[in-house]
Amino acid sequence: MNRQIVKLFSLVVALFAVLIGFTSYWSVFDAEALEEEDANTRPLFEQQQIKRGRILAADGTVIARSVPKGRGESLRYVRRYPEDSLYGHPIGYSFVEEGDSEFEQFHNDELVGNDSEFTSILDELRGHTQEGNDIVTNLDPAAQVVALEGLAAAGFGAVVAIEPQSGRIRVLASNPSFDPNRVPYELTELNENELEAPLLNRATQGQRPPGSTFKVVTAAAGLDSGTITPETTIDAPGVLDVQGLELHNDFDEDFGPIALDTALTNSVNTWFAQLGEQVGQDTLFEYMDRFGFNTKPAIDLPSDQLSTSGIFEEGELLGPNDPIDIARVAIGQERLLATPLQMAEVAAAIANGGKLMKPQIWSRVVDPDGRVTDRLDPSEYSQPISEETAAELNTAMQGVVSEGTGTNAAIPGVTVAGKTGTAETPYNDSCGGGTDENQAWFIGFAPAEDPQIAIAATVECTTQFGNDVAAPIFRDVAETILAGGSGLG
Amino acid sequence: MSARNRELTALVPVALLLTAGFAAVFAQEGARIDDASLVYGAYFLAVCLAAHIYLRVRLPDADPYLFPLVALLTAFGLVMIYRIDPDLARDQANWFVLGLVLFALTIQFLRDYDVLERYRYTIAVVGLLLLLAPRLPGIGQQVNGAFLGVKIGPLAFQPAEFSKICLVVFLASYLREHREVLIVGARRVLGVTLPPLKHFGPMLVVWGASMFMLVFIRDLGSSLMFFAAFLALLYVATGRFSFVAIGMAMFLVGAWFFASTVPHVHDRVEIWLDPYAHPKGSGYQILQSIFAQADGGLFGKGFGQALITIPGTDNALLPAAQTDTIYSLIVNELGLFGACGVVMIYLLIAARGFKIALIAGDGFSKLLATGLTAVFSIQAFVIIGGVTRVIPLTGVTLPFISYGGSSIVANFVLLALLLLVSDRARREAGAEARLGGLALEGR
Repeated sequence: MNRQIVKLFSLVVALFAVLIGFTSYWSVFDAEALEEEDANTRPLFEQQQIKRGRILAADGTVIARSVPKGRGESLRYVRRYPEDSLYGHPIGYSFVEEGDSEFEQFHNDELVGNDSEFTSILDELRGHTQEGNDIVTNLDPAAQVVALEGLAAAGFGAVVAIEPQSGRIRVLASNPSFDPNRVPYELTELNENELEAPLLNRATQGQRPPGSTFKVVTAAAGLDSGTITPETTIDAPGVLDVQGLELHNDFDEDFGPIALDTALTNSVNTWFAQLGEQVGQDTLFEYMDRFGFNTKPAIDLPSDQLSTSGIFEEGELLGPNDPIDIARVAIGQERLLATPLQMAEVAAAIANGGKLMKPQIWSRVVDPDGRVTDRLDPSEYSQPISEETAAELNTAMQGVVSEGTGTNAAIPGVTVAGKTGTAETPYNDSCGGGTDENQAWFIGFAPAEDPQIAIAATVECTTQFGNDVAAPIFRDVAETILAGGSGLG
Repeated sequence: MSARNRELTALVPVALLLTAGFAAVFAQEGARIDDASLVYGAYFLAVCLAAHIYLRVRLPDADPYLFPLVALLTAFGLVMIYRIDPDLARDQANWFVLGLVLFALTIQFLRDYDVLERYRYTIAVVGLLLLLAPRLPGIGQQVNGAFLGVKIGPLAFQPAEFSKICLVVFLASYLREHREVLIVGARRVLGVTLPPLKHFGPMLVVWGASMFMLVFIRDLGSSLMFFAAFLALLYVATGRFSFVAIGMAMFLVGAWFFASTVPHVHDRVEIWLDPYAHPKGSGYQILQSIFAQADGGLFGKGFGQALITIPGTDNALLPAAQTDTIYSLIVNELGLFGACGVVMIYLLIAARGFKIALIAGDGFSKLLATGLTAVFSIQAFVIIGGVTRVIPLTGVTLPFISYGGSSIVANFVLLALLLLVSDRARREAGAEARLGGLALEGR
């Protein structure tokens, strides 16, 4: 019988090996996927027991913090947002039952202090309990307030302000916002409110027709590709036939042969439509790509909460080989859609001598002992245009504010460069379906000689023009930041 | 070093481990190291020493490693249960002492365990009655749709734990007598070796009992455990793999039939195949068991660090953490390394148990040791396999670790029987060796 006993023991060894195999699979090899499972609420409950780090504005204002509830085994932390709805976007929320969004979601690992398994073992041996890190953002509270107040007076919309040399996001405002403190009580209502869509971050997710602000991109492509120089003139009639449809200037005004500065100052549609056709679809697409169109922005927010800017057919992004009326794209019409963040990046790239920096909301990570463990190292996203082209565009954009369509953006004692935009959005359900509604825009930067801030401001469903509603918001926000704002820490 | 001195030496680290374990739990809970951990460690060592001295007197030649290994599992279980609920740990400590009392009584009265052979049919009937008891009106108890418990007045226990020992004793005895005829009388039909029907009748009874358990007791885990132990013994006794294959086929057919007709069994299998179908309902326990393991990783979160209830509530995040899913809690807190340690201890116990069977002189001793070791190992496999989704999850306890009086007491009786067999086997082997001028040391 001994032979059988030995075989039986081998079987037991094999069975136990299977147990070890399965245990290894669940605990190590498949662990990461299991932690991501929707049914797995354990990571959330565990995070709730960790004191999540604070989120601070650039000047140290507390945007989000965690407060303890209960004692001992039932101790847990709950998120509080002292500034209520001011930073609903882009900070978002973080709660166990409701989940998380935006900045809170993207920077979760730093905020809960997730390090490598090795360091957490060291911490455990040293008797440390896991504690989250603080994150200091680049957001400027004073300017954020001004932006949201301006939007509140003008209508639904968004403002994005970027420091051109570093890509630091100083303002990211979306109206209407929401109070993250209310999320545990009214997430369903917030989600179901389709008219106001308060959870939609219009600055990064709102795809809107950019209107004439896109002419800056067309001009950049024309100059940088050598299709035109600042002196090249194009005849700009009042009405132009494009693909069998008439394309009009405002009041059908005939400008005759004019160069870029006049065309941009007066936002001459027929001039840019022809430039678009001269540049051609391939080249225009190439420059759009360089400015960040046709891909998700490189900002530190969750990718599923970001929208791509580009030309869309029923939600599908079109490419350089699709049939597109390029003349109308050149003036920001056709099926072109852009987010305020994207348009702010266009302004920032021109302001920074043609270099587009990666836009970032975070500035540094501070551990519970007050040590800075990570610091934003500004990095270049692309160089869409040469320094020379940027300078030429800068000059042309100054004319828009000093004597053109964007005079309301002027700041006393400061040279401002910019571009207005007013895209007609008739029969738009989200605007109530009226015929007179526009998407009003202003993008620009100041001071023009040494740009400190680049801003895109947009108001939707307004019957007014870019210069009437968007330019004043640009001006107020720029003024606040140039006056020192709340300081950049 | 003599066998008993080796046993004594091995018990010291066990007591130290228990002390360290309690200290870790205390440190986690109160951020201080309480003297109580030392007191617990001392008590535990004292109780183990008492048992050791008893073994020294009664079974001086018995295997020296089994008792320390079991003590290690018990100590480990006590710490884990203490970490879940100190009140449960106090109960468990009492059960441990009671278990040792029954352990001693078994050794006292079954010194000559051959007597078991004489009462084998009585034992078989007692075993079957024990299995039936949970269905008897008035004393039966239903747990999660399965009839597992019996409650007489204040005394509640799970009869299947004791029944498994009865079954092994009966099978060992029956097979010892009939193994020859089973081998010789076998015929080959269509290339398959079939056992002689006449002597196979009682075997069919065992198969019937397993099926009966599936249907009436609805206890898939015990059913699997019993039948696997039966097949293991049949194989060792006859050396015919074809018998095992036939048995396995019969079990699978029966299990498949009942799985598709008995709702409770059917549900268990469905949950096993697709736990994500009802993640908050029927699939909750197995999913949480696996999530807890995923949370543990390689090194675990440390003693007392894992979540068992949903914070701020009394709702279980890991259901039945002190019984069914205690292994998942171990993986969660001590990681894959800790779990490997636990499985290794079971494997070492199995190794020592089969070693006893190897050196045992007579057929009954061999088969008894084999059966006891097999049923013990399979029980560990069924529950660990259940919580790791190797097989459907069933309500079997993890021997010596899970909370539960019946389990710990019954398993101490099992250990007592193994040591009885071991003592005689080693004494006889030792005598032979001395005759041959060889030393037993190191065996």
